[in-house]
Amino acid sequence: MRLDLSLLPDGGVSWLDASGENADVVLSSRVRLARNVDGFAFTGRARDGERLRVLSQLRDAAAHVPSLQNSVMLRVDEMPAPDRLLLHERHLVSKELAGPDAQHPVRSGAAVFLAEQVGMMVNEEDHLRLQALRSGFDLGPAFEAVSRLDRELGSQIPYAYHPEFGFLTACPTNTGTGMRASVLIHLPGLVHTREMQKTLNALQTMGLTYRGLYGEGSEVVGNFFQISNQTTLGRSEEVLLDQLLKMVRTVIEKEHEARRHLLREARDVIEDKLWRAYGTLRYARSLTFDEAMNYLSGVRLAVGLKLISGLSVYTLNKLLIFCQSAHLSYAEGRPLTESEANVARARFVRQALASEAGSQE
Amino acid sequence: MLCDNCRERDAVVKLTRVVEGEPVYFNLCEKCASEQGVEPAQSAPKTPLGDMLFAVQQQLLLGGAEAARCTFCHLTLKEFRQTGRLGCARCYSSFEGSLRELLRRVHGAARHEGRRYEPPRVSLPERLTLLGELRERLRRAIESEQFELAADLRDRIKVLE
Repeated sequence: MRLDLSLLPDGGVSWLDASGENADVVLSSRVRLARNVDGFAFTGRARDGERLRVLSQLRDAAAHVPSLQNSVMLRVDEMPAPDRLLLHERHLVSKELAGPDAQHPVRSGAAVFLAEQVGMMVNEEDHLRLQALRSGFDLGPAFEAVSRLDRELGSQIPYAYHPEFGFLTACPTNTGTGMRASVLIHLPGLVHTREMQKTLNALQTMGLTYRGLYGEGSEVVGNFFQISNQTTLGRSEEVLLDQLLKMVRTVIEKEHEARRHLLREARDVIEDKLWRAYGTLRYARSLTFDEAMNYLSGVRLAVGLKLISGLSVYTLNKLLIFCQSAHLSYAEGRPLTESEANVARARFVRQALASEAGSQE
Repeated sequence: MLCDNCRERDAVVKLTRVVEGEPVYFNLCEKCASEQGVEPAQSAPKTPLGDMLFAVQQQLLLGGAEAARCTFCHLTLKEFRQTGRLGCARCYSSFEGSLRELLRRVHGAARHEGRRYEPPRVSLPERLTLLGELRERLRRAIESEQFELAADLRDRIKVLE
């Protein structure tokens, strides 16, 4: 039986609703905490039985955790591959938990708890990856939500903790706070004005790092960057968060500045380029994922510059998610070949744009 | 090609042994080869973190620490170097000195300044009841030759003790 996405709280996509601050530039804010349950080997070294016992302890504990009331628990290890990929495309589970291919199969005991404000992956690289994902630039509330879950769960389950090293994780890059706070941010202005490299260098000197749309190891497509803290040890959660907040605010300002510069210096060229992107999405009959991402990036910029009106950021956000292959297969109710997916993607984009096409120039 | 010994992992080492004057050829995976005392040529790590771990651990290896083994999950420093992942919470105490140095390089600091944590207390009578129960289950598991379960139970007993 296929996964019924309507059972998830808000379908698992409330973070797309463009409700947060600066939502035209920042798609989403996420804070995750890595934790391990004391007394068990970490996931990668644990036996099947141990992983299943970790899961069963967490299921028992979840019943006493207010943040997880009314949550849905999904056994990722018992799902067919297309459903696991679907959850990954929706940013609800990581690639590691989904078990993307034969070299990295899904682990026994892999599961995810999804509540309205927070989520919890079980048997990822660490036993627990607690996370809060919110729309727009909204790191503070995301941190509060995930900290609450952390305190509630940590009073039920003993975490692996060391007075000197802090929370203990499988990878030493997460040791300490176990916290990775990130924003998914759209920076076409900085990319087009060739200011991006400077910005990335500045991030690094501030102890921050960037990745692509899906975090570690993913490519930057469509000018979407994920900016996060690089280190987790030696500074408190609040200090780490504050550094990220300040830097992201600066990046947003620089992005707006770059956009103004583009309009001032090359309005005709930019306008033409962005309308062509819109035209392609509106009428193309076949689109690869990367193509769709790049044109959507253009249209998103056009909406931000108020060159195109009547198109909501929410629709553009949804397109980013629903244009991916597992989502297209899900909508069609069958597996699709690559060329079939390209056709289905183009059709989906055409329909979404046509439904909001009323008030364009 | 699969390893001749475990038939699970890919063979990466060709081993020739002379048995009763005749050469016998084995194809082994890295793990089985190292168990037989054969060290495959070290491959360069592919990630920046891997590079750093590699460099730090090379120094440690020179110090003769490669045999260090975690007392709980039996991970060796050498395995840690290969994967970049620790096996359990006890690894942090087992490899404390070398990890402190590594953490300092990765984070620029080796002392946690974030949230302090107190685990929930389990009362002593509860713990003793649980221990008794686990020991009984361990005895049965060994009797019925369920060794995987027995190993799990042994680990849990070790923690409670």
